Amino acid sequence: MAKQYEFSSKGLPYLLVLPQMAIVLVFFFWPSAQALWQSFFVQDAFGLRTQFVWFDNYLKLFRDPEYWDSFGVSAAFAVTVALSSMGIALFLAAQANKKIRGASFYKTMLTWPYAVATMVAGVLWLFMFNPNVGVVAWFLKDAFGVEWNHLLDSTHAFLLIAVAASWKQIAYNFVFFLAGLQSVPATLVEAAAIDGAGSFTRFWRIIFPMLSPTTFYLLVMNLVYGFFETFPIVHQVTGGGPGKATSILIYKVWRDGVVNLELGSSAAQSVVLMILVIGLTVLQFRFIERKVTY
Amino acid sequence: MTEHSRLRRFMTHFWLALAIVIIVFPIYLVFVASTHTSQDILSAPMPVTPGPHLVENYTRALGEGAENLGASALTMMKNSLIMALGIAVGKIVISLLAAYAIVFFKFPFRSFFFWSIFVTLMLPVEVRIMPTYKVVSDLGLTNSYLGLILPMVVSATAVFLFRQFFMTVPREIAEASQIDGAGPMAFFGEILVPMTRTPIAAMFVIQFIYGWNQYLWPLLITTKQKYYTLLIGINRMLSGADVQIEWEIVMATTLLAMIPPILVVVLMQKQFVKGMTDTEK
Repeated sequence: MAKQYEFSSKGLPYLLVLPQMAIVLVFFFWPSAQALWQSFFVQDAFGLRTQFVWFDNYLKLFRDPEYWDSFGVSAAFAVTVALSSMGIALFLAAQANKKIRGASFYKTMLTWPYAVATMVAGVLWLFMFNPNVGVVAWFLKDAFGVEWNHLLDSTHAFLLIAVAASWKQIAYNFVFFLAGLQSVPATLVEAAAIDGAGSFTRFWRIIFPMLSPTTFYLLVMNLVYGFFETFPIVHQVTGGGPGKATSILIYKVWRDGVVNLELGSSAAQSVVLMILVIGLTVLQFRFIERKVTY
Repeated sequence: MTEHSRLRRFMTHFWLALAIVIIVFPIYLVFVASTHTSQDILSAPMPVTPGPHLVENYTRALGEGAENLGASALTMMKNSLIMALGIAVGKIVISLLAAYAIVFFKFPFRSFFFWSIFVTLMLPVEVRIMPTYKVVSDLGLTNSYLGLILPMVVSATAVFLFRQFFMTVPREIAEASQIDGAGPMAFFGEILVPMTRTPIAAMFVIQFIYGWNQYLWPLLITTKQKYYTLLIGINRMLSGADVQIEWEIVMATTLLAMIPPILVVVLMQKQFVKGMTDTEK
């Protein structure tokens, strides 16, 4: 990369970064520092007095079986969503990448759902599976005798939010896998075919390894999505229930902070989540540096 | 293609068509529900073909909204639009300025500024939502457009994308413009920004959708109907007993909430795909 021309001006560059830095400072560093600070305090019920308690909030958190349950549900949920939406997206991208009639129509139709809000995805699936008005819930009962009720059955609840979250995420993964597939040199695949490799072997031995940077990037992004960005679906569809069955970490932070007003605990949870995301991001950069390739 | 077999080609079409049906069906159902009365929807099984109440339902949704809500879809659409445009334009403007400073100027603390922006990439707003709420409420910005927009404007992604693009701009262009007597801001406004229009368009598509689809943040800071966005309105309409929900209005509003971002993606598909896959690097 060529070294860029550098203007000489004393004040101007500071003026240029000022708006961005002001916003980063006020809405990023300040709240993050406050979360850290607040996680060392407990507040009484009326918010009148606060007491410094060292790591008590964290210790309480890690001793709380409910927190570990929430951790388990989140991990199961994030992994389920990541694997199913990535698997389906990869399969569809491989199909749409073939030279077939209407390929561009298929590509558009599989891309636009990216624009559907996570919250709306929740509403769509809620509407189909609502025990009273849902068409699919009615069909399940009529045809298979399954009494669908995600408000009472925790397996139903988990399945419903997992399907809604995966449905929404397929388009995102599809865009990346398709771009990845299009960059695999056709000559390489043809050479393998001449050597007698069948289409199955060609895919798993040649194409899939070449996609590994994309796959790894998507895995991290999908885990982040599953852990943190699926709040709208949980909030809209199950409310964390039945009981606490679908109360994933990000939902619990919100609930403990906004509804139960346990500010110290909520702040400690925020800090744990921050460490989790930083870990995932660092992992991602490590791998990108080492170039996950064939 | 290396092999040609009819069955194979048929199966390709079959799987893709099946996927599209699964994607479209839930949305079709929302459309159907938005053309019926609540009674029709509540009588199981709900009809699966469009009914005659389309105009009536949408007029009511846009004009007055559901009875238990107190906000019309038109008002909420305006709020969603202000939030989405504010976030998209805000991010692009402040990121262009910051990236310009970082690439084209040499000044003390340059890398400090760069890294401060860089780390924001690591923490999605969801994980620091409560403390951010406290800051915004201390500033008295709850129930205001500024409060909806400003905290969402933090964007390392946009700074990166623009920085990357700026680094490919030949230094001769900047030199020539300076020899012509143009100051740094003239170079920025008249030469650099027009050159950047493709990355700007890509960023706009992605950030507009991001802004339009925000949920957790507006849920926290909008308690007055006047500032409800579409998604918040839908949530409020659904938070009653099933029989009291005016499904046809909810579904009409849901469809209205989906249309603008989908239009943006379909109309600007090329920029959208480019923007998505470019930010990966």
